[in-house]
Amino acid sequence: MLYGFLGPNGAGKTTTIRMVLGLIFPTGGDVELLGEPVFGGTLSQRASAVRRVGALVEEPAFWGYLSGRRNLEYFARAAGPVADRDGRLRKIDEVLRTVGLDQAANKKVKAYSQGMRQRLGIAMALLGAPELLVLDEPTNGLDPQGMREIRLLLRRLADDGTTIFVSSHLLAEVEAMCDRVGVLARGKLVAEGPPSKLRGSADVVRLEVDDPARARGILAGVEGVSLDGAETSPHTLRLRLAPPASAAGVNSALVSGGVAVSALVPEHESLEDVFVSLVEGADVPR
Amino acid sequence: MFRVEIGKSVHRLRTYVFGTGLAALAILPVVVLATGDSGAGGPLFFDLIRRNGLFAALTVIALIQPFFLPLGTSILSGEAVAGESSAGTLRYLVVRPVGRVRLIVTKYLAVMAQVAAAIAWVMVIGLVAGAIAFGYGPLPTLSGTTLSIGQGLLRIVAASLYVLLGMSGLAAVGMFVSTLTSSGVGAAGATMALAIASQIVDSLPAVRSIHPYLISHGWFAFADLFRSPVEWGAMIQGLVLDGAYLALFLGAAIAVFSRKDVVS
Repeated sequence: MLYGFLGPNGAGKTTTIRMVLGLIFPTGGDVELLGEPVFGGTLSQRASAVRRVGALVEEPAFWGYLSGRRNLEYFARAAGPVADRDGRLRKIDEVLRTVGLDQAANKKVKAYSQGMRQRLGIAMALLGAPELLVLDEPTNGLDPQGMREIRLLLRRLADDGTTIFVSSHLLAEVEAMCDRVGVLARGKLVAEGPPSKLRGSADVVRLEVDDPARARGILAGVEGVSLDGAETSPHTLRLRLAPPASAAGVNSALVSGGVAVSALVPEHESLEDVFVSLVEGADVPR
Repeated sequence: MFRVEIGKSVHRLRTYVFGTGLAALAILPVVVLATGDSGAGGPLFFDLIRRNGLFAALTVIALIQPFFLPLGTSILSGEAVAGESSAGTLRYLVVRPVGRVRLIVTKYLAVMAQVAAAIAWVMVIGLVAGAIAFGYGPLPTLSGTTLSIGQGLLRIVAASLYVLLGMSGLAAVGMFVSTLTSSGVGAAGATMALAIASQIVDSLPAVRSIHPYLISHGWFAFADLFRSPVEWGAMIQGLVLDGAYLALFLGAAIAVFSRKDVVS
């Protein structure tokens, strides 16, 4: 399962992730991760919860003067029960292969490209055989080819049974790869569901009329209709319809009000429209 | 985690640069005495080397004690947390998760292990260089008596140990400063500044009343090991002071880091 955590810059995605992982402290409330308390419980409960997670927070970071393999070795040694340290060390080759870095494993990280660092970061997150992978903007700063590689890698990992929580401000990316999406705006979760369902949550129609000003006046009085504001030409209106409004009702209201409707086209609302309206909705409470 | 810390230093060029510098410093007194003309003065034990090569080790310690040893200690401890923070690796250690208390304590022990290695390194080089150039024999004490070679070496090891413990307080201060900033250089600089300021203030008679509380006050008391009988007073006082600085600042470092938001 791939979960997309979507929000504009500054919405609080990274802050949420940092808090979930115990990096920063909440000013109020508790945090629970995989059924165990991160905050609101004991320190050892926090450790055992966080241990079940592999994470990439913001950009990956390494000791540049060490090779990729040695970086992984050090992270594997640094934490976790001593009893399965050998298991973690043995896993290094496997995770390097998974992310396709087995050839470059002995080069110093200093010499890695952005995409290689990103993949090494994911390899590091995979070291502890996590049940949950939390990745904060894993495709940030990558070229389209690099983005595609990461996307395919995440899809493969998800299909193999790891739950992946990935944050992004790139809609197309989330729409293309995630099974479920949560939209964050101003620190609040404003929508959640499969991308298809989010997209279908509002009907949009495009209208062409002879008198847009008059049409606006009439539509203002119809319940459930809101103007999208994204008109492409002076005679075009974009409407968002919520129950009880319908396309037919809008048409008859306009015609009986003396506005000539030359086109009424139902549009498939993209996730981008939903996103923009949700985020704006959070900015200006209606 | 401890092994990781040491390993990181082993694979770092700067470790070898610092080690080479210390080695050069360690043979400096011997080279100077072997090539220059005779003359009294110089650092502690300096003019005794000619009579007994073993004194070279003690001269080297007296030489690195005021500046180079605190410098190395400050760099290692000041960078311990802040360096990881600015590199971004700190957050990945915390989410592995490495417990926060464990992170501070292990890093502190790794710093002290490296300071110990540095001291041992210069001692061995000083001893070998001194013995080759001027030979070795029973060690005369500052009180005029003589120590057997075995006794002499034992006291030299004890002096090294005392010097190491003298750095334990400073390293704790460095760890504390390191948890307050994400600039490793800043933390190392601040720690070094304290070490220097402490020695300056310690040399001002006007403020004699605060001298016993200065972090550097006991650093040179190891010379008392070479009196007969050994004068323990100043050294015990020094160790108590080191312990107090260690407890206070390592405790503060743990307290700060346990509640710190790791955002970089």
